[in-house]
Amino acid sequence: MKDSKAGIEEILDDVLQSYPAKSMKNRKEHILVKDRNKSELKIKANTRTIPGIITNRGCAYAGCRGVVLGPLKDVVQIVHGPIGCSYYAWGMRRHQGLAAEGGKNFINYTFSTDMQDSDVVFGGERKLKEAIKEAVEIFNPSTIMITATCPVGLIGDDINSIAKQAEEEYGITVMAFNCEGYKGVSQSAGHHIANNEIMDNLVGIKDKELDYKYPINLMGEYNIGGDAFEIERILHKIGYDVVASFSGNGTADQIKYSHEADLNLVQCHRSINYIAEMFEEKYGIPWLKVNFLGVDATIESLRNMAEYFADPELQERTEKVIAEELAQIEAPLNRYKELFTGKTAFLFVGGSRAHHYQNVFKRIGIETVVAGYEFGHRDDYEGREVIPDIEMTADDRNIPELEVTKDDKKYRLRISQAKKEELQQKMPLDYYGGMIKEMEDGSVAIDDLNHHEQIKLTEALKPDIYCSGIKDKYTSHKMGIFSKQLHSYDYSGPYAGFKGHLQFAEDIAAGILNPSWSYITPPWKEKTTLEGSFGGGE
Amino acid sequence: MQDLVPKEFKERNSLVINPVKTCQPIGAMYAALGIHGCLPHSHGSQGCCSYHRMHLTKHFREPVVASSSSFTEGASVFGGRANLETALKNIFAVYDPEVVAINTTCLSETIGDDVTSIVSGMEIPPGKTIINASTPSYVGSHVVGFANMVKAMVKQLSEKREPAQTNNKLNLIPGFVDPGDIREMKRILEAMDIDYILFPDQSDVLDTPLDGNYKMYPDGGVTIPELKDTANSKATIALGALASQPAAFELEKMHDVKAYTLKTPVGIKATDEFLMQLLKITGQEIPAEIEKERGQLVDIIADTHHQFHGKKVAIYGDPDIVISLTEFTLSMGMKPIHVLTGTPGKDFEAEINKMLKDADWESNVAAGGDLFQLHQWVKKEPVELLIGNSYGKLVAKQEDIPLVRVGFPILDRSVHSYLPKIGYKGAMLLVEKISSALLDRKDRDTDFELTEFVL
Repeated sequence: MKDSKAGIEEILDDVLQSYPAKSMKNRKEHILVKDRNKSELKIKANTRTIPGIITNRGCAYAGCRGVVLGPLKDVVQIVHGPIGCSYYAWGMRRHQGLAAEGGKNFINYTFSTDMQDSDVVFGGERKLKEAIKEAVEIFNPSTIMITATCPVGLIGDDINSIAKQAEEEYGITVMAFNCEGYKGVSQSAGHHIANNEIMDNLVGIKDKELDYKYPINLMGEYNIGGDAFEIERILHKIGYDVVASFSGNGTADQIKYSHEADLNLVQCHRSINYIAEMFEEKYGIPWLKVNFLGVDATIESLRNMAEYFADPELQERTEKVIAEELAQIEAPLNRYKELFTGKTAFLFVGGSRAHHYQNVFKRIGIETVVAGYEFGHRDDYEGREVIPDIEMTADDRNIPELEVTKDDKKYRLRISQAKKEELQQKMPLDYYGGMIKEMEDGSVAIDDLNHHEQIKLTEALKPDIYCSGIKDKYTSHKMGIFSKQLHSYDYSGPYAGFKGHLQFAEDIAAGILNPSWSYITPPWKEKTTLEGSFGGGE
Repeated sequence: MQDLVPKEFKERNSLVINPVKTCQPIGAMYAALGIHGCLPHSHGSQGCCSYHRMHLTKHFREPVVASSSSFTEGASVFGGRANLETALKNIFAVYDPEVVAINTTCLSETIGDDVTSIVSGMEIPPGKTIINASTPSYVGSHVVGFANMVKAMVKQLSEKREPAQTNNKLNLIPGFVDPGDIREMKRILEAMDIDYILFPDQSDVLDTPLDGNYKMYPDGGVTIPELKDTANSKATIALGALASQPAAFELEKMHDVKAYTLKTPVGIKATDEFLMQLLKITGQEIPAEIEKERGQLVDIIADTHHQFHGKKVAIYGDPDIVISLTEFTLSMGMKPIHVLTGTPGKDFEAEINKMLKDADWESNVAAGGDLFQLHQWVKKEPVELLIGNSYGKLVAKQEDIPLVRVGFPILDRSVHSYLPKIGYKGAMLLVEKISSALLDRKDRDTDFELTEFVL
């Protein structure tokens, strides 16, 4: 670590000093210095954003429509609201999707009711109904999803009953999501709202005979820059079949029969853990926390999966694929490790990547000195064991908790209780340990980082790489520090799996080694411009 | 893939598909960034603010900083007063801006928060300024939001000198254009030796150098004393009726500063009109340097007319820029046959139709349309070139038509915001882009054996 622990505490004190008393008290609880000797490492998270603080957070609509629903390529997603919300969800998040054979692909389209002032005054229900009709007439989709935006809840448009009516009238699946932007405190509320509706109205509505040997669902993987393509490539090579993806490169149609899987893989815990839990309750399918970002994490995840299915042949193929894949990337990765060793990274990403990328960086010699989430909950930081201790706030209570019960017809125990307990000793089955456990002593975990904290911490810690999103990327560049976007991947990718790790290392190298950084200071500011004698001097 | 766009047209009254507009607050945020030392503030839930910052950042590849009231459900029901008060307290303590420019979203507008009264009841630190504009997302588009914030600048700040005395300056409102355009406008005014107040001015704000020092409030932007002084100017030129006219009219109404509305000076005719108006108001002369540039532009178009004459083109984007681009393509001898904006308004259609009246072909013109509609037009009657923002790429790719990127937003190319599209210099760059796009296509489609070096 570059700085001693005492140094870090001083830096943090300095960061907090600018705040008015109330904000200082609040922010203090959202920042934590990792210290293995402390019995409790508690961080405050998932609370209201401080107004005016310049947060990086978005809203519940973004969490629902943008994140969870957006990647579903066979769905016409009608945003009920003024134009902005629909416009900003159009092609801005790089969830890639290739049309399934014979299937429709709506990924490049955005649909809106483009609410006008008269709709706010007299209600927008008529317009929404008509918009659904027009979508059916033009596109004849198998599923339509309607998402609510801020004004919809306030003016009282009943999007749920409109969805129900449309479903009956057109004989297709029509779902409504009450993900008004003001719900909860961040994108996180939107994840939960999307999870509830998908579980309640989409999962299990269709039965399908599958002749898959190892049927799995991929959960919380959104195929940014083709991550899911790389993951699926590896899984297929080993012999797994993906029943449904929630929701990268996924379809609503597959989700309808996703209860036929034998294991759920959870990549992003924050956004999809609700569905993963409910699946187990309702259908008896356990979930395994996996991480396909970074070769070390990928290998561990693949081994855990093979052990879960307990088939020697599968285990053998797993090892064979790991060896084959490693052979192609190990040497260059080692070279990058030599090149990068000693460098430090500052990570601030939504609700999962700030953790997942730590092993990616570690493998190439880069140490993470600060890591934080925009909207993680305490369990994402501290592990699921703290869930019983998490206090509900007024903002949480507005998000409905969906109660599911055992589906008597479809419930099937995939592994025995005893077997599950045995596996839980070895792997994160139905469990996630959170980010903090894997962080080094003296590093900082920070929740809902704001503009002030970004600048202050960057100035004090001088990381070699600042990893976050588009809003703070160029701020970092102005400070002369390379910033890699870990949301959009700066239009590169995939970064998942084996090939992805190498791609990531190459992109980091390009970012750090680009000659532009060496030109920041003009030569006339670097050295004296006086040369020899001019005008008759000595 | 845009392969789900059918050729046969079905009337749509409620479903918008792939819009050619976005909502008001982003325009207001952009306008506010053109004030020196200003922090734009979004009074609503924080998603809007993040989206708007994100989108501007993608267009300019520059930091775009703004704050939000971060509404929760409680505030959405009971009003956002407490949120705004807390926000302003934090903003001044932590970020110390000279000015806070507040815009509203559909949330705070629907619940009816009275921002003016909330702010007037607050104690703000001495020497600091707060302005606010009402920018409901369910009215108009981002250009209307821009206009509303610019209007708020003069409405809430302009001050007549006592006793009345002119500052001998010209007010210039550049409209929703890029820093590169604003630099070019300043160059022209300075070449003509005209004393001016230009607002909002995003040059040196959204095109700052990388020198290792991050400045939250960059050097650029119109200052508060300048905005106050707009009341004492000789006249106001508003470039782009939709974006700039409301502020100019407000100044005329409040302080009797004569307002002249002109087209965004893209192309020869609109630039000529701009310069002629400058001449009339100021009595200055056109410098030889500028006259030479004009002659060079005419020379270029005459010399290369065969590259673009008679070519069918579809133009889409924001009204002020589309009107000027349509006029420019006409003056180059091209045929704009589909012209569309997402921003609603009858004036746009009237203006375009007036321009096309003498043309001997049928044109499709729509205000309040979307890219899906434009795509259907193109399917029905193909064009050889598309001119508009980055989203037209979907049509360009599907129909295999070259695209020249002009307007907002341009997300998939860089450098554009540094270069002008206005004035004679900007027109030269546009001709270069248009002819290159057409010739690249011609080269690509020409058999190897028939490839030529001089075109």
